[in-house]
Amino acid sequence: MSIAFLLGQPFAQHALLAAALVAVTCGLIGPFVVTRGMAFAVHGTAELAFTGAAAGLLAGNNPVAGALIGSLVVAVLIATLGARPRERDSAIGAVLAFGMGIGILLLGYYQGFATAATNILFGNIFGVSGSQLLILLAIGLIVIAVMGTWYRPLLFASVDPEAAEARGVPVRRLGLVFLLVLALTVTGAAQVVGTLLVLSLAITPAAAAQRLSANPLVVAALSVAFALVSADGGLLASFGASSIKASVFITSISFAVYLAARLAGPVLRDRRHQAGRHAGPSRPAHPLHPSGPADTGTPQQPGRHVPTGLGWPSEPATPVSPSGERDTSWCSRKARRPPAADISPDVPHVPGAAQPPMPGSRGERTC
Amino acid sequence: MLLGLLPLSAGTVTVDGRPPRRGSPVTGYVPQQRDFDLDLPVRGRDLVQFGVDGHRLGLPVTRSRQVDTAIAAVGASDYADAPVGLLSGGQQRRLRIAQALAGRPRLLLCDEPLLSLDPASQQQVTILLNNYRREHGTTVVFVTHEITPVAGLVDRVLYLAVGRHAAGTPDEVMTTAALSDLYGSHIDVIRVHGRVVVVGGDDPAGHHHPGGGHVYHPGHHDGGLEPR
Repeated sequence: MSIAFLLGQPFAQHALLAAALVAVTCGLIGPFVVTRGMAFAVHGTAELAFTGAAAGLLAGNNPVAGALIGSLVVAVLIATLGARPRERDSAIGAVLAFGMGIGILLLGYYQGFATAATNILFGNIFGVSGSQLLILLAIGLIVIAVMGTWYRPLLFASVDPEAAEARGVPVRRLGLVFLLVLALTVTGAAQVVGTLLVLSLAITPAAAAQRLSANPLVVAALSVAFALVSADGGLLASFGASSIKASVFITSISFAVYLAARLAGPVLRDRRHQAGRHAGPSRPAHPLHPSGPADTGTPQQPGRHVPTGLGWPSEPATPVSPSGERDTSWCSRKARRPPAADISPDVPHVPGAAQPPMPGSRGERTC
Repeated sequence: MLLGLLPLSAGTVTVDGRPPRRGSPVTGYVPQQRDFDLDLPVRGRDLVQFGVDGHRLGLPVTRSRQVDTAIAAVGASDYADAPVGLLSGGQQRRLRIAQALAGRPRLLLCDEPLLSLDPASQQQVTILLNNYRREHGTTVVFVTHEITPVAGLVDRVLYLAVGRHAAGTPDEVMTTAALSDLYGSHIDVIRVHGRVVVVGGDDPAGHHHPGGGHVYHPGHHDGGLEPR
């Protein structure tokens, strides 16, 4: 069967549409997952979606509804058991392991086709029925609507919870909303790549996007774009090689994008660093930020929008001498005690009071 | 309590003539410094923008002049477009202050804004806040363990130590007699070049070392804040 023939078939078109919708939801939610450090929560939710799907398969031959219920239950469990971030991962781990065990038990009782089980674990968008596809569409639209409405306060709460709380953002309630939306997204993604591989759409594109920009909107756009390329690109590739599951291509493409972004990030940074060096007059070190990021050292010039957020140093800059070597002379300066003559003998030494201005605290850490 | 997050167990508190309300634009808040992750996909500018509209619904697409003004006011224009995680502690602190100022507060609450800053940065942050409050008539409540940089600038001091407190003007509280009385051991308050330095007592265990906790209330007496 040629790809052109397949593209004319309704089932293939539906699959591509569903994958695109899943990709958009994953791409939108990914940056928040990364910012909030919740990759493990995604994995846990997906594993429990497996348990739900197995139950759904057993009860009514409806793994999608089962996965949906399973992941929503887990979202509430994570929210109640793991209120504090430190608690969260261990709580997820405990729930995840138990849930997987139940799932295996349930699958043992399932008498239908064995492929149904592997479809849950490794995904098969073509195995989804028309009505289940409608559920997926509805889920996707809900996620997009919720994210579109609460994007800004959720970002604020994820980046800076204390200030957000003070500004009146309902941080805790938003956290629960986010977990529920995450559960919906995971359910959708599990149909395309399987519960075991959800991270390839929910984390990898966002992690790649984050390497290339610090502008939240650019990151969101890149993350959605990467997820789309991975999901639909993977599906199209599987049309060409029907013996290999689409999830293999999807995870491979998303990982390739991630690798490329990791490689491109530093290159982009260096190019901007070079451009920054040659443009404009050199600026004497500001006493407060002598070790600021090297690529922001250029004064803003009218008519030239300098930082687009694309590329930045992956590590804080220690002062660099003209020869290109790291200047660590201030380290020894730091170790030296200030001369006693600076303070009258009656006044005890006040730590740091007479020391020369230090580079920023970031620099101190790298020393 | 001033942010409207905790209920009072007794007494009353008003901010700008009204009881504090959660998320009130009258109050700006600079939380205690927590360094941002190195790869956090947020620029300094975005952080400050949150101070203007971070609580509103929708996408973060706006770009307001208020933000540019606040960034310029704290002298952060050079690095406002850099990822916050890569900035130094002092730079991040300035951006946090800009975030609080972007909402044009009448009352500014600063929780340890000088923590882990070198002396030069401490002084610059202090001067920045002092100039701002003088220009805009903003009341600043400043919680700090770093006494020397702010002691000369505050209008009122609430000094907390060993479970007790002393309140009043700096001239009343920041004296050898008053602090020795508060700590119950000898404390030296020394003035060098117009600056106040508090030097610990002779308790060898160091339990009563000054630095136990001090709250400063710089700001205008008529700023609408009634501490209590």
